[in-house]
Order: sequence, then structure tokens, then C-alpha cells
Amino acid sequence: MAIIGSRGRTTAPLPPAQSDELTRPEAAAEAGLTVVNWIDERAQLSQGLRWMMFRKVPKGINWAYTLGSATMFAFLNQAVTGVFLAMYYRPSVTGGAYQSTRNIIDNVFLGQFVLSMHLYGAYLMIVLIFLHMARVFFFGAYKYPRELSWIIGVVLLILTLAMGFTGYLLPFDQRSYWATIVGVNINGTAPFLGPYISDFLRGGPEFGATTLSRFYAIHMMLIPGLMAALIGFHLYLVMKLGISAPPWLKAQEPEVAIEKVEV
Amino acid sequence: MPEDPHSKSSKYTADRGMPGAFEGETVTRRRFMSAVTHGAGGIAAASFGLPALGFAIGPVFKRTQWPWQIIGRPEDFVETVYSTKIVTMVQGIGDAGKTVAYVRKRDPAIDTEPHDQYNNYIALWNRCMHLGCPVRYVQAAERFICPCHGGIYNFRGQVAGGPPVRPLDRFYTYSPPPGERGHGYVYLGPPYAVNSELQRLSLRDPAQPLDGIGQYFYPPQFDTAKVPSLQHLPLPPTVPGT
Ligand code: HEM
Ligand code: FES
Repeated sequence: MAIIGSRGRTTAPLPPAQSDELTRPEAAAEAGLTVVNWIDERAQLSQGLRWMMFRKVPKGINWAYTLGSATMFAFLNQAVTGVFLAMYYRPSVTGGAYQSTRNIIDNVFLGQFVLSMHLYGAYLMIVLIFLHMARVFFFGAYKYPRELSWIIGVVLLILTLAMGFTGYLLPFDQRSYWATIVGVNINGTAPFLGPYISDFLRGGPEFGATTLSRFYAIHMMLIPGLMAALIGFHLYLVMKLGISAPPWLKAQEPEVAIEKVEV
Repeated sequence: MPEDPHSKSSKYTADRGMPGAFEGETVTRRRFMSAVTHGAGGIAAASFGLPALGFAIGPVFKRTQWPWQIIGRPEDFVETVYSTKIVTMVQGIGDAGKTVAYVRKRDPAIDTEPHDQYNNYIALWNRCMHLGCPVRYVQAAERFICPCHGGIYNFRGQVAGGPPVRPLDRFYTYSPPPGERGHGYVYLGPPYAVNSELQRLSLRDPAQPLDGIGQYFYPPQFDTAKVPSLQHLPLPPTVPGT
């Protein structure tokens, strides 16, 4: 048994086939490698991947540093479950939105499960993004040269909250309807611009025929696209700048460097 | 020492020693080409970006059409009790486009605001002036009470307690005199906002005050409906066989 998959070593009896012939798993592995090599020879992705994955990280990093990735996985969960919910959801004010939501819950196989993944996933993402922000804040990780990561993070936070706001209307029951009325009016209280913001959100002076489809388009296309792009840039900065060291680590004298400086 | 190609010593490319420069040429062909390419890209992006932007923000500038609608006959309304009328705000979206008007006859003893042809009937909109929840009229207390954050309004719709920032919005009402088209019916027109003196002002969203310093923070919206003409009041459908 020990030999399968390790061609060349002959510590045990050879398999019944001829020794220089590949076993099936070996052949499959070989073929896979060939495909990967074929792609990499043309796209040269492995260099970038190595740059991304095998970075140096400071000593003493801990679980708190995983909160950003956790937020990203929450976002991916929202994206995947959201795409599948969109296959059953109908953004129609005259009953379609509410009925199609009921249909997802009552009839669609795993519908209630996927809808709950999306709903509780949204709560989780809000919790995680604030925890991640708190980690960055208390570790002082927003300081030079990572201010831009922080600024993009703030935009991501606002977009995440906007996702929560626009998504809340979609089931179109009494609660989502009135919560949205109240939410739009809260936006309307912004001095000077408020009245125009609320008109923009509703798509008119009153909650109208297009308000729901407007929220739906913002919720499923506009903001997710923006967020995906910004998350990409955020992660690029993390890789480019490296992760910050925890604040309780004293900066160590790099002895080698000092020797060189002394000359 | 080689000459610096970017030196600004002369504005003529020929003087700067550009290979293949023309006499009197100030912009290199390379720069001209890249400017044209950027310009073309900008025009292409604007040609889909601007219409899309206009499409998205257009509703902000839209004016609402608000036809007169019949809400009853004059004898349906009294001075002391509000009757509940379900009216259509937005056509074609079912229940989501409906709202409630509380209507009573004007009582000169308490309704001290100026009287004209549009307020023989007092019609209050049930939209709370805190953040827009639906208020409910409670006859025993003669108050309007909001379920959301405890806003309370008195019989005339003025704030009696809680967070609302101005009195309940009102609707224009009109009851044509004898001999005019539509006589014998009460019509409901567009809504308008009022300040604490119940002065008629253009409609705006809840939570935007019309008194004190707050009134200067909220410009009127573009979408305010005009009072429609009284010439073509809709008549009720005739009942067959009468
Ligand atoms: C969709 C939301 C977000 C995602 C997916 C995300 C993802 C990440 C990831 C994976 C990292 C790597 C380090 C770590 O996990 O701690 C990171 C770092 C960072 N994030 Fe976020 N983040 C988000 C929102 C935010 C917010 C709201 C802020 C602050 C306002 C922020 C500020 C930063 C900063 C400054 C760093 C660099 C930290 C360091 O180098 O130690 N991020 N982010
Ligand atoms: S919406 Fe009526 S009190 Fe807040």
C-alpha cells in the first residue's frame, strides 16, 4: 500500500501493472499538473499567487487578525445565497414581492434555509465588520502607511449598512414597508440635501411603483459590485503593505542591519 | 551632456530637438495622440454615464400629478368626529399606493386659520411628522396617536407631545357650490404642509420642521404638486338604471 503514489521508491512489491506505468491516481495527478502548468505558462498567475499567499507576517499575530477574512467570507456567503434567492424573488409591489418571499420560505427546497443564511449572515457580517474595525482601531493598525486601508474600510462599512437598509424592504411585509418609510425619512433629515436624498431613494415624492425595484437594483447590483471592487483593493493594500505587528511587540533592533550600517 | 527632452527652453518641438519635428509644431504627435485617445474615451464613457445618471436622479425633479378625487357627500361629514377615508396616492401599485385621510367639517369655533374655498372640510393626512408612520385617530381622547415613537397630535392636528416636528399635513378639499360641476360631492386634492400656525406651505417630507431655525435647513422639493384646476372635476360613475 505504501508505494502507491510514490514512483521510484521500491521498498515494497511493485503493483501488478508494469512498474513504469502510472496508476490511475498518479495519472490523474499528472494530468491535473499538466493543465495547471499549461495555464500558468500562458497566464503566469503563480507568481502573483505566491506573492499573495506566502507573505511574511509579524511575530505574535493572533486570532483577532482573522476578523477581516471572516468579514470577507460573510460577504461571499451573502453574494452566493443572494444570487440563488434572486432566482425565486420577484420585486413587484402588487403582491409579487411578498408572495415570492412566502414561496421561498414555504415551498422551495431549502428555501427557508438559504433565506435564513442570507438574513442571519447579514447580521453576522455587520457584527464582524465592527469587530474587525475595532481590532484595527485598538491595534493602531490604521496608522501610516495604512490610512488608505482605513478610508476604504469606512466606505465598505457604509456600503455594508446600505446593503442592510436596501435589503430590509425586499420581503415587502408591513415591517419592511414601514421601516423603509421611516428610514427614508431619516435620510431626509440631512440638512439642505435631505429632501433630495429622500426623493432619490424613493424615486419620487411618494413611495411609488419603482421604489421597490430601485431598492432591489441597488441591493443586488450597484452596491455588491462596488463592494467587490473595494474589497479587492482593500486586500491588495493588505498584501502590498504587509500586515501590521501587534502593538505590544517592541520594535526589535535588526542586528544584521545595524552591523551593516556601522561599516 | 545630452539635452533634456522635457526642458521647457522652447515651445517649438523642432527647437527641442524632437526627431521628425515639423516647423512651428508645439505639441508633439505623441502628446496629441494621447490627448485625442483620452478625449475619445471620455466621450464614450460620458455617452452612457450621463444618461444613466440622469435616469437615476430624474425622479428628484419630477412634478406629481394629483387629480381631485371624490371622498363622499357633504352630509357624510360632521364637525366633531373625523371620518376615515382611504385615498390613492400612487396609481397602479395596489395597497402600497393607498393612504388614509381623516376628514371632518370645518368648525369656525376652533378652526381659526384663514378660511377659503379649499378648507370647508378639514382633511388631515395620517402620515406622522416625526418619521412617517401611520397615526391613528382616537375619538375618546380626540387625539391622533402614532404607534412608532409616541407622537401625539391634538384635534386640529397640532403637535401635543412626542417627537413630531410640525402639525399633521393636510389635503386641499373642495365642495362645489350649487350649479357648479360636481355639486353635492366633497373632493380631495393634493396634500400640503403646515407650520405651527397652520399656515399653508408646500409639501415636504416628515421630520422637516417648518418653524424656528429648523425651517431654514430644508429647501422645498421640486416635486410639489400644484392644485389642479376646478374645471374638470371628475364625476362619480353613473349607476345603471337610475
Ligand atoms: C467588507 C468589509 C471588509 C473586509 C472584507 C475587510 C477585509 C480585510 C482583511 C482580510 C484584512 C487583513 C487583516 C485582518 O484580517 O485583520 C484587512 C485589514 C485591514 N482592514 Fe479591513 N475589511 C473590511 C472592512 C474594514 C473596515 C470597516 C475598516 C476600518 C474602518 C477596515 C480597515 C482595515 C485596515 C486599516 C487593515 C490593515 C490592518 C493591518 O495591516 O493590521 N477594514 N481587512
Ligand atoms: S414616526 Fe410617529 S412618532 Fe416617530
